[in-house]
Amino acid sequence: MRQFLHQHATAWRDALRRLGASPLNTILSLIVIGTALALPSAGWVVLDNLRGLTDGASGVQQISIFMVAEAGKKDVAEIESRLRETKAVNWRFVSREEALKRLQASEGMAEIIASLPRNPLPDAFIVEPADTRAETLEAMAKSFSAWPKVAHVQLDSAWVRRFNAFLRIGKLSLTLLASLFAGALVAVTFNTIRLQILAQSAEIEVAKLIGATNTFIRRPFLYFGALQGALGGLFAALLVGSGAYLLAEPLAELISLYGQDFSPHGLSAVGVAALTAVGVTLGWLGAILSVAIHLRRFD
Amino acid sequence: MIIANAVCKRYSEGLTALRDVSFAIEDGEMVFITGHSGAGKTTLVRLLAAIERPTSGSIIVNGQNLASLRRGAIPYLRRNFGLIFQDQKLLFDRSVLDNVLLPLAIIGLAPKEAARRARAALDKVGLQAREKAFPIALSGGEQQRLAIARAVVNRPAILLADEPTANLDSDTAADILDIFQAFHQVGVTVILATHDPQWMKHLGPRVLRLEHGRLSGADGDAL
Repeated sequence: MRQFLHQHATAWRDALRRLGASPLNTILSLIVIGTALALPSAGWVVLDNLRGLTDGASGVQQISIFMVAEAGKKDVAEIESRLRETKAVNWRFVSREEALKRLQASEGMAEIIASLPRNPLPDAFIVEPADTRAETLEAMAKSFSAWPKVAHVQLDSAWVRRFNAFLRIGKLSLTLLASLFAGALVAVTFNTIRLQILAQSAEIEVAKLIGATNTFIRRPFLYFGALQGALGGLFAALLVGSGAYLLAEPLAELISLYGQDFSPHGLSAVGVAALTAVGVTLGWLGAILSVAIHLRRFD
Repeated sequence: MIIANAVCKRYSEGLTALRDVSFAIEDGEMVFITGHSGAGKTTLVRLLAAIERPTSGSIIVNGQNLASLRRGAIPYLRRNFGLIFQDQKLLFDRSVLDNVLLPLAIIGLAPKEAARRARAALDKVGLQAREKAFPIALSGGEQQRLAIARAVVNRPAILLADEPTANLDSDTAADILDIFQAFHQVGVTVILATHDPQWMKHLGPRVLRLEHGRLSGADGDAL
């Protein structure tokens, strides 16, 4: 058991020595690995932030019913009575005066409203069905639009759904991008280890002649791959973190101009750990492949 | 105990390096393998160290038949040997001490104990003062002594050397042979391959003479 530990300690020392032995190569490899990991994770952070932006909205599934402009009190009462008959919906009436007042309160709208000769807004109902499945909502919206004096029915969840579809595509492209970069990372490690095996062929040959097992010879290379991957992961986290830090303030300012309260976030501790773990796994994989292929000639 | 029985080694190019070679070496013996260059000395050494396998016949070292040894068992077999190569195979990017530490790192010896043993091995070959030097800074004789220190640091039961005195002047060669003699005297089996006959009279060991791949007129116990 102690021998086992000493052998592992030797392998770690070897791996560290090899990392330190050619600082320029190490730095170049770390830049490549760091960038390859940073790009997809930056994309992930952006998507995660966007999802946060819609979280508040996505739960609310509303149908807005807009009356024609010339609709009178009688027409409104008719819709009200029909809505009362419709089961499992909450609804409220927004009169055209109320809508105008709300709009005036919105950022930058007051001046525009003031310049209008008369209130252009119609009376409206906002309906919140209990059953929010897409088919139910669409069927309801369709039946509402057939009601008298209804000008337009809008399914307010539509933009959320469109946005979520966009996020899904974003996620999918990101996954594809990430797999490409994962392949690149494995290739980088593969090649680094290949060069190391070439550089140390004398040592490997001697070690085998004096009784080193294949495991003993492989070990420092695997540790090297894992270590380089871990450092690359941390470097990627640093890149993403500083990017998020630099963008956070201007972004929050921009979003506050739209009257939204939103603070963008970077990578969490879990994210950093995950990025490092991905680096370790891919580095290890590259090392295993390289060692399996390039140590064969010493047999 | 090493037993070779009807060993043949043929290379794919049609060259037959060893034909029907049989001998036995007892524990603690000192044996010289001699012959002209090309007689098969190096091939025999490589077969004994399981670097190559015989085409036919068997070689039994400590009860294990090398001809049918599993690949995974070879490293453990090699640890019974202290190997000294014709070209020494020193690592020129490591200090003298680190070269001697390599076999101990392979078996996973604790660093303190390993350093103690490595220094003891350097002491035996008279290199204790050069442990921080790099092999390139050593003379030919010192490099050979370093190779011996690396071979014996593991306290092997068998020392196997291929032309250890080649390229050395006769005084230095005599020094090197004295070192082998000293290990022989403490019970280590010593097998030396050499083309240089002058040392045999000096040390009076048993001689296995190879001629064109056959054991000829040796005073060895041919089986």
